[in-house]
Amino acid sequence: MAFEQPPLPFAKDALEPYGMKAETFDYHYGKHHKAYVDNLNKLVEGTDLANKSLEEVIKATYKDSSKQGVFNNAAQVWNHTFFWNSLKPGGGGAPTGELAERINKDFGSYDKFKEEFSNAAATQFGSGWAWLVDDNGTLKVTKTPNAVNPIAEGQKPLLTLDVWEHAYYIDFRNARPAFIANFLDKLVNWDFVAANLAA
Amino acid sequence: MAHRLAPLPYDYAALEPFIDAQTMQLHHDKHHAAYVNNLNNALADYPDWQAHGVEDLVKNLEQVPEAIRAVVRNNAGGHLNHTMFWQSMAPSQTGEPTGAIAQAIANTFGSFDAFKQQFNEVGTKLFGSGWVWLVLTRDRTLRITTTPNQDSPLTQGETPLLGNDVWEHAYYLKYQNRRLEYLSAWWNVVNWDEVNRRFQVAHPNALA
Ligand SMILES: [Fe+2]
Ligand SMILES: [Fe+2]
Ligand SMILES: [Fe+2]
Repeated sequence: MAFEQPPLPFAKDALEPYGMKAETFDYHYGKHHKAYVDNLNKLVEGTDLANKSLEEVIKATYKDSSKQGVFNNAAQVWNHTFFWNSLKPGGGGAPTGELAERINKDFGSYDKFKEEFSNAAATQFGSGWAWLVDDNGTLKVTKTPNAVNPIAEGQKPLLTLDVWEHAYYIDFRNARPAFIANFLDKLVNWDFVAANLAA
Repeated sequence: MAHRLAPLPYDYAALEPFIDAQTMQLHHDKHHAAYVNNLNNALADYPDWQAHGVEDLVKNLEQVPEAIRAVVRNNAGGHLNHTMFWQSMAPSQTGEPTGAIAQAIANTFGSFDAFKQQFNEVGTKLFGSGWVWLVLTRDRTLRITTTPNQDSPLTQGETPLLGNDVWEHAYYLKYQNRRLEYLSAWWNVVNWDEVNRRFQVAHPNALA
């Protein structure tokens, strides 16, 4: 059973009023994400890994230099699916309810969280990801290079932002900080975060 | 003495159609400029380190104060690599190497076509952001290698002769996800006179 690319959870032009063009998703979902899925299937075909879940493949291949290609593609398949779910047209701003309380408890305030997340996303040098994770009951902001993700690191991912240049070059050119601010103010899917936290 | 961004040695549109003017403008005026500014900011509180050239900085990273080592690695590297990159390209090139480097490439890789194919393949496989290089090793042989992000081959004691930037910002506006297409087109703008000059400096005894 081959790994499959789940459908985008919104129409490719749904984020146009919120700073991200359909063209971005033509490439990011249609080319980059799809290529990771295709490459992963080619790499695991006929091996034991082909019958494992994506999460199992990620954990089994992390830091195994002989399986670096499998890890990179498997983690990028997972990361992108998680990223699409982290986006919601007209999302963003401060969360409410229990999530708001957890953020206040672990970061001091939503503004402090926002500052920490923005800083992590802006300072991940080169390609990578910024994350909100649940690390043994404490909410934390982290950043990871290239394909590395919190599953590999034994943390529970709650929210992510792709900061590879392909994620923002069509809409924001070199201006990564503008892309980060746009995500936090207009796109964060807090319902998805809350569901991940409760799971 | 602060580090400064030299102007591009040609117009933004000079490398069309292989590299588009908008990409050149953003790449030089925004990306390269940011490396220079970040480097100067990092060195602001370290006057002893301000007189060091970027080559000196990337060759001696272990001696750079730990508090600024990562920032210097990324931004001195970014400044040096991009300065080399602009010089390694020029308009109206033949697409074929000349002189001593042409001979050395043929001797080492079999032919220029075999070399190009290997370089393109290595550049395509580099995962994430980085550079693909033709370097002269410590024992003075030619080798194709890569560095992640803005690392310089000089940090490992190898001399870069030619490098192609495979960060997505180098090609995304024109080539999007098609990195191999960018790598293949780039040979049309390689300035082999500059590569020969670097080769001569690094290896004065090489036969022409
Ligand atoms: Fe991506
Ligand atoms: Fe020195
Ligand atoms: Fe660059």
